[in-house]
Amino acid sequence: MTGNQMVNTYLYTRYERFWHWLQTALITILLATGFEVNGLYTLLGYKTAVAVHNFVGLTWLIAFAFFVFWLFTTGEWKQYVPTTKKMFTVIHYYMFGIFRGDPHPVPKRREAKHNPLQRIAYLSVAACLLPIQMVSGFLYWSYNSWAAWGLDGLSLPVVAAVHMLGAFGVLSFLIGHVYMTTTGHTLLAHIRAMITGWEEIREGVELEDWEKRPRQGHPPAETEASSA
Amino acid sequence: MKFLAKIAAGWLCTGLIMTGLVAVPAVQAQLEVLDENQAPGRTMARQAVKERQVWITADHSRHAILQQAFTSGPEVTKACLSCHELAAGQFHKTIHWTWLDPNVPPGERIGKAGHSINNFCINLNGNEPRCTSCHAGYGWRDSRFNFNDEAAVDCLVCHEQTGTYKKFPTGAGFPVQEPTLFKGNHKTYNPPDWNKVAQSVGRPTRANCGTCHFNGGGGDGVKHGDLDSSLTKPNKALDVHMGMDGQDFDCVRCHTTTLHNIAGRTYATPAATHRKSLIEDDLASKIMCESCHSSTPHKPGAKANDHTDKVACQTCHIPQFARVNPTKMAWDWSQAGRKKDGKPYAEKGPYGKPTYDTKKGTFRWEKDVQPAYFWFNGAINAITARDTIDPSKPVDINWPVGRRADENARIFPFKVHEGRQPYDKINKNLLIPKLFGKKGTGAYWAEYDWKKALGNGMQAAGLSFSGEYDFVDTRYVFPITHMVAPKEDAVACIECHRADGRLAGLTGFYMPGRDHFKTINIIGWVLVLGTLVGVTLHGLGRAIARGRKED
Repeated sequence: MTGNQMVNTYLYTRYERFWHWLQTALITILLATGFEVNGLYTLLGYKTAVAVHNFVGLTWLIAFAFFVFWLFTTGEWKQYVPTTKKMFTVIHYYMFGIFRGDPHPVPKRREAKHNPLQRIAYLSVAACLLPIQMVSGFLYWSYNSWAAWGLDGLSLPVVAAVHMLGAFGVLSFLIGHVYMTTTGHTLLAHIRAMITGWEEIREGVELEDWEKRPRQGHPPAETEASSA
Repeated sequence: MKFLAKIAAGWLCTGLIMTGLVAVPAVQAQLEVLDENQAPGRTMARQAVKERQVWITADHSRHAILQQAFTSGPEVTKACLSCHELAAGQFHKTIHWTWLDPNVPPGERIGKAGHSINNFCINLNGNEPRCTSCHAGYGWRDSRFNFNDEAAVDCLVCHEQTGTYKKFPTGAGFPVQEPTLFKGNHKTYNPPDWNKVAQSVGRPTRANCGTCHFNGGGGDGVKHGDLDSSLTKPNKALDVHMGMDGQDFDCVRCHTTTLHNIAGRTYATPAATHRKSLIEDDLASKIMCESCHSSTPHKPGAKANDHTDKVACQTCHIPQFARVNPTKMAWDWSQAGRKKDGKPYAEKGPYGKPTYDTKKGTFRWEKDVQPAYFWFNGAINAITARDTIDPSKPVDINWPVGRRADENARIFPFKVHEGRQPYDKINKNLLIPKLFGKKGTGAYWAEYDWKKALGNGMQAAGLSFSGEYDFVDTRYVFPITHMVAPKEDAVACIECHRADGRLAGLTGFYMPGRDHFKTINIIGWVLVLGTLVGVTLHGLGRAIARGRKED
């Protein structure tokens, strides 16, 4: 093992954390009310569930626009650029190394928060699954305006089926995502980081070229020596 | 766009604001419009009914001609016509007089007086003196009745306001000349105080229309389900518009009248082809819900406003019919004729209503009935006694017209009355029995001989009978449009938006909450449960591995 010293590092900015937990809340509410509207159980009552689902869904749509704005103005989008480099090493780690207590092959750094597996997973979710949910959800919501918008050709059952399939995808992602938060150096390390912004990571791990954000003039990561 | 604005406003309000508080005044302005009582439909409806005091310029009790000594109805009618000389001519042209659909050639015989059939007392032909106690005329005893006789019009039954004017149930439209007991209901009918009733005349009230329309089929609440004597003096809980503790609407408030032609549906002709507000057409002949409430009656942004293009107001706002008095839901003629000790008998069941009568067979009565729902464009098609039927399955005697693709069709509530009634085994058509009459006339209610009764009934209707009959199950629908409940009692979303809900029987369209995609659900749950099992096993593996390391 190289660099055994743990360093408390500021990984997630305030907006990033706010956005993460806001989206968590919105998606949880959408899943809970969505499955109720679909008839799986009774929780809020159908009418309220629909009203909440519509309101939260549209809220998500607007808030997501802010997120996209943030993503591109800060250059953070580069963290989502997929790569195959070390992808199999990471997969191998989660299949075997993690049980042996091996260190993570691609630890988090301020400039590279996502390992190759996360990059591909988050990109699929943020650029594909969530937009599919948002677009299908918006169309579902605007059903009565289809004729006025010249969308007569759309089929409600098709839109509903896509939205339903997407919902299962999101729920499935949520389960996997929540589980993965427990794989840090302590069970709650990742969650703590997403709340406070700070996470203890090993010192001295160099950024490899492919991980670097090609952005000029970025201040050095705020770090402080851990007392450990 | 309004809704988007609302979302944006609400979103900012809930503390998720990211930039600027400048939108706050706009938010407040928005919230004022969202006040429940500001629903445009309610506001419009209120405006439509305010200041509705009617005024008249004549006092009929002072008219000398109404103070003469009358001895019969036609004499009163002649007195009325001495001033209202066009009234009988107008009335003669209406369905209330002809009992034939005015929108098809009379030769087609569509109507009560023609070959139209129901599954109550089936048809008028051969049974006139009993059935025509509900005719606004005097003396329709048989097919020889003179429909051009102006004095035969009964002005009083619709216009008298004392509530004492009663036509005798088997009197061909005449009241009695001396007190007479009617064995059918054990009530004694008295001759009218002609001067009193004639001098009382005014605009028809619920009681006038209800004389016949609450008692169709021979008794209170037998036929319609949404029309019975409980609407004579209803409260708002029974009908928000007619409720005497509210607007106290009379029937003619919505069933507007021109030259004695009363607006409403007649057979295949809708009451109105387009649902327009009075703002669009303030001379619309029939007042529909939309006339006063508009097509977006709920508060802005309410999902219910998006339903009005496909779901009739009645569907949500009449959760049950027959909410005070029971209504007849089934009538099996095939059971008629059973006797006790050689004598006809009758039995009463729940609600004190007859469940068996030797003359008529078995009945089923129900209260608080949940309607059946069909696509409906306002027209109801029906077969007649001339049409060929398929007796191997229940016969729809009439049915609502409309498909989902119809722009004017909406999901609409109905009462479905189930019958079992005679049909011709050889000619394959429904049969008209002669029910009413004295012994020797072949009437079923006097002789209990179906073959004779059917032969005589069909002959009276001018139709043929092979002599071989059996009984077939039939269905008859009534649109449910009265007994509109207060909005708190409206049908909740979940009552339709679920798999086993009220609209489970309507197919051909996707409805959230009701319809599911089996394959997608299977794929979805395999994915979700697979993930759950996967992470659980992975987690267990880590826990075990860590445990070993610590050992």
